[in-house]
Amino acid sequence: MFSNFDWDVIARSLPYLFLDGMTFTLMLTALATAGGVVIGTLIAMMRLGGLPVLPWMAAGYVNVIRSLPLVLVIFWFYFLVPYIGQWVTGASRPVQVGAFTSSLVTFTLFEAAYFAEIMRAGIQSIPNGQVAAGYALGLTYWQVMANVVLPQAFRNMIPVLLTQTIILFQDTSLVYVLSITDFLGAASKVAQRDGRLVEMYLFAAAVYFVMSFAASSLVRRLQARIAIVR
Amino acid sequence: MSYNWNWSIFFEPSPEGVGTYLNMLLIGLRWTLVTALFSWIMALVLGSLVGVLRTLPSKRAQRFGFAYVELFRNIPLLVQMFLWFFVLPEVVPRQVGLLLKQMPGAPFYTAVVCLGFYTSARVAEQVRAGVGSLGRGQRMAGTALGLTTGQVYRYVLLPMAFRIMLPPLTSEFLNNIKNTSVALTIGLLELTARARAMQEFSFQVFEAFTAATLIYLAVNVVVVTLMRVLERSVRVPGFIMGK
Repeated sequence: MFSNFDWDVIARSLPYLFLDGMTFTLMLTALATAGGVVIGTLIAMMRLGGLPVLPWMAAGYVNVIRSLPLVLVIFWFYFLVPYIGQWVTGASRPVQVGAFTSSLVTFTLFEAAYFAEIMRAGIQSIPNGQVAAGYALGLTYWQVMANVVLPQAFRNMIPVLLTQTIILFQDTSLVYVLSITDFLGAASKVAQRDGRLVEMYLFAAAVYFVMSFAASSLVRRLQARIAIVR
Repeated sequence: MSYNWNWSIFFEPSPEGVGTYLNMLLIGLRWTLVTALFSWIMALVLGSLVGVLRTLPSKRAQRFGFAYVELFRNIPLLVQMFLWFFVLPEVVPRQVGLLLKQMPGAPFYTAVVCLGFYTSARVAEQVRAGVGSLGRGQRMAGTALGLTTGQVYRYVLLPMAFRIMLPPLTSEFLNNIKNTSVALTIGLLELTARARAMQEFSFQVFEAFTAATLIYLAVNVVVVTLMRVLERSVRVPGFIMGK
C-alpha cells in the first residue's frame, strides 16, 4: 500500500503548506474567534437585555444563521460583501474585496451566532442577585456587565468557547469552495499539480488531527482544573 | 444597489433541460434529504454501538470507543470527504479501486458513508452522556435482578437514555442535514450545489441563495416540529422531560 508512497512531495511542499497555508488558516481562526466572541457577546446582551425589538432581532439572527450550512453562508457573503462594501463606502460600484477579507467577514459573522448562544448560557449562569446588587450600588448597565457579569460569564464558558474555536479551526477548511489557499487549499493545489492526492490528503488529515487532538486534550485538562477551583 | 432583481427567474426553464430553476432546486433538496436520511441511519446504528462501548466496564472497549470518537471528531469533515473519495480508491487493491471509481453515483455513496461515520462519532458522545446520566442504581438494579449486560442495556438503560437524548439528537440530525452541503466538493448536486449552479447559469445570485436559505429554514422547522411530536409521544410520565 505504501510501496509507491512519495514522502518527498510532502517534504518539498512543507514551506508552502505551512508558511502560506497554515498561516492563513491560523490567522483566520484567531481573528474570526476574536471578532466572533465580541459580536456574539453583544448579540447575547441584546437578546437578554429588556429593550424592545432587539431581543427579537438577535434571536432571529442566531436562529437563521444556525439553520444554514456554512458552505451556503460562505457563498452568500462571497457575493454579498462587495455590495456591503459599496453601501458602507458609498462607492458607485460594488467594491472588490480580497479573499481573506471576504472569508474573515463570513466566519466572524457566522461564528458570532454560535458564540452568542455560548455567551447567553454564560450570562444566564450568573445569579440574578449579583446584577441586582450591582444596580443597588449605583452601577450603570454597562458597568454591571463589564465588571460583574461578563468576567464571570467568560470564565465559566472558557472550555466551551475553546471547543467552539477548535470547531472553527476545522471549519476554516471550507474556504476550499472559494479556491482560497488555506492549509487544505495548499495541500490540494500541490496534490493536483503533482498528482499526489493520497500523500497530500493523508498528510493534511494527520496535521489537522494532531493539532485538533492536542488542543482538545488541553481543553479537557483545563476543564478539570476549573472544575476543582469551583 | 446596482443589482437587477428578477424573482420570476424560478419559473424560467433551467439549462439542464428538465423543468424550471425551481424544479432544479427541489431536486437538490431531494438529494440533500436522501443523503441526510441514509447517513443518519448509519450514524445512529454505529454511534449507538460505539457509545455503548464507551460505557461498558471493559477498559479495552472504552479505549476503542475513545479512539473512534477522537479520530472522526478531530479531522475536518471536508478532509474526511476527500479521504473517502480520492484516497480510498487508491489504497485498496487495484480491482476494488477501479470499481469504486467507476461506480455510478459515487459522490452519493461516498457522502453517505463519510457523513455516517462523521456523525456517528457525535451520536456516540450523546449516547455515552445519555447512559452516563442515568445513575449507577439503574444498572445495579438490573444486574441484581439477574439480567445479563446485554439485557440491562436493552431493557433498562437504552430505552431511557434514548428518550433523554432526543433533544440533542435532534440538533445532531439538523447538523447532519447541513453537513450534506460539504458533499458538493466531491460533486454531489444537493441543494447548495444547485443554488450555486443556478447562480452560474442565470447570474441571479441573491434570488438563488435566498431560495436555498428559505428551503433550509423550512426543513429546519419541519424537523424540529416532528421531533417535538416524537418527544411527546414517547415521554415517560413522572420525569422532567415527561411533563
